[in-house]
Amino acid sequence: MTPVILLTGFLGSGKTTLLQRLLTDPAMARAAVLINEFGEVGLDHHLLDRIDDNVMLMKSGCICCTVRGEVADALQNLNSLRSRGEIAFDRVVIETTGLADPYPVLQTLRAHPVLRSHFDSGGVLTTVDAVNAAQQLEYRAEAVRQIAAADRIVLTKTDLAAPEQIAPLRAALSRVNPAARVVTSAEGVAEIIGGLEDHATLVPEEACGPDCDHEDHDHDHDHGHGHHHHHAHHHDETLGVVTFSLVIDRPVDWTDFGIWLTLLLHRYGDKIFRVKGILDIAGEDRPVAIHGVQHLVHAPVHMQHWPAGPRQSRLVFILEGLDPAMIRRSFHAFMRLPAAERAA
Amino acid sequence: MCSLCGILGCDDHWTNAVERPGVYSRNTDRQARRAETARRMAAANRVLNYRRLKLSEWQGMSYVVSSPTGASTVFDALLHLWPEAEALAPRGFDPLDEDMINWMERQ
Repeated sequence: MTPVILLTGFLGSGKTTLLQRLLTDPAMARAAVLINEFGEVGLDHHLLDRIDDNVMLMKSGCICCTVRGEVADALQNLNSLRSRGEIAFDRVVIETTGLADPYPVLQTLRAHPVLRSHFDSGGVLTTVDAVNAAQQLEYRAEAVRQIAAADRIVLTKTDLAAPEQIAPLRAALSRVNPAARVVTSAEGVAEIIGGLEDHATLVPEEACGPDCDHEDHDHDHDHGHGHHHHHAHHHDETLGVVTFSLVIDRPVDWTDFGIWLTLLLHRYGDKIFRVKGILDIAGEDRPVAIHGVQHLVHAPVHMQHWPAGPRQSRLVFILEGLDPAMIRRSFHAFMRLPAAERAA
Repeated sequence: MCSLCGILGCDDHWTNAVERPGVYSRNTDRQARRAETARRMAAANRVLNYRRLKLSEWQGMSYVVSSPTGASTVFDALLHLWPEAEALAPRGFDPLDEDMINWMERQ
């Protein structure tokens, strides 16, 4: 399977500049690039140093509503060219428009009957402009969705931003998406893309451990002796976006979990920007990592071993306009766990 | 073929992923597949019963969801369980609805 890295980020956040840098690195020497632009005249490809047969421009505009077919066509075309020996590549980078929601492209990769046999998501890389992002996070839902979908966030223009801007921005990004690692564009290519393809196995604990000081957690602890307590904080809101996590101390039933999450995403996938977590499945020694973006859930990853810390299921949700307390109650009811405390 | 979108071979739902290295799947061999299907039927029917619907297998290849009035629909992919169920129960299944959660807690 060929990994497809989705490079996204708000208008002017430095996607093309980052792409230029990435393509100079030997690790990306065999990358094919698809560029999507908003507008009738595509310009970004002129900014790329390496224009060759592996760079294709998709001209028809906004990727979030009209270009899914074109993404599929472009990827199929690349695959055909490769199978005929006309080009060679070992990964693909798709640079989206600044207004794109990454989900439709991920869904295209997952659901297309041909593409899904040849390509797989290689992670979502989101550029964030250190100068303007704080304002965009307040007013632009597209920017929040791009950050929520990120597996890695690349802070750009950090040399132009005041140091006192950067720390609060990092904190805000971490609250919107605690599971994504934040790097700066000044760091090496290895730091920016290294391990990105293992996005599904980067469990919340690695980004946001049980001892972390984030204030947007919602921990449920069901202890074997029947004692139950939880404390809930989920008060960081950006455009109504809430991040919260569920921590469950007892093994969960895989089949019940599948029915519950499938129904939840069927009903509310457009409001659940991200769900990511690690599950302690009843009857399994090793943990299973779950990774979803809106209605899409990637194939569950059977991890080799438990990460450091207690053996618990942990799920992180990034939501818009939903009550975390009801999700917690619903989870408990569907999973046949002791009833969680009712929402106030 | 998917009855909703016309795509062939689309039953690769994440809960039933094709077995491959690194992927958690119970879709491993015939026995495991049958056992998981039986568990899935029971788990789905526990929820579907909220609207008095019932899910069963159809010729070992597809699923059929039916209502107490005899209406039924056949589909191939688990992906379509909830859209198909809601076609038979227009009030739908809202996992965050107070009444539904209360009902599930009593099960």
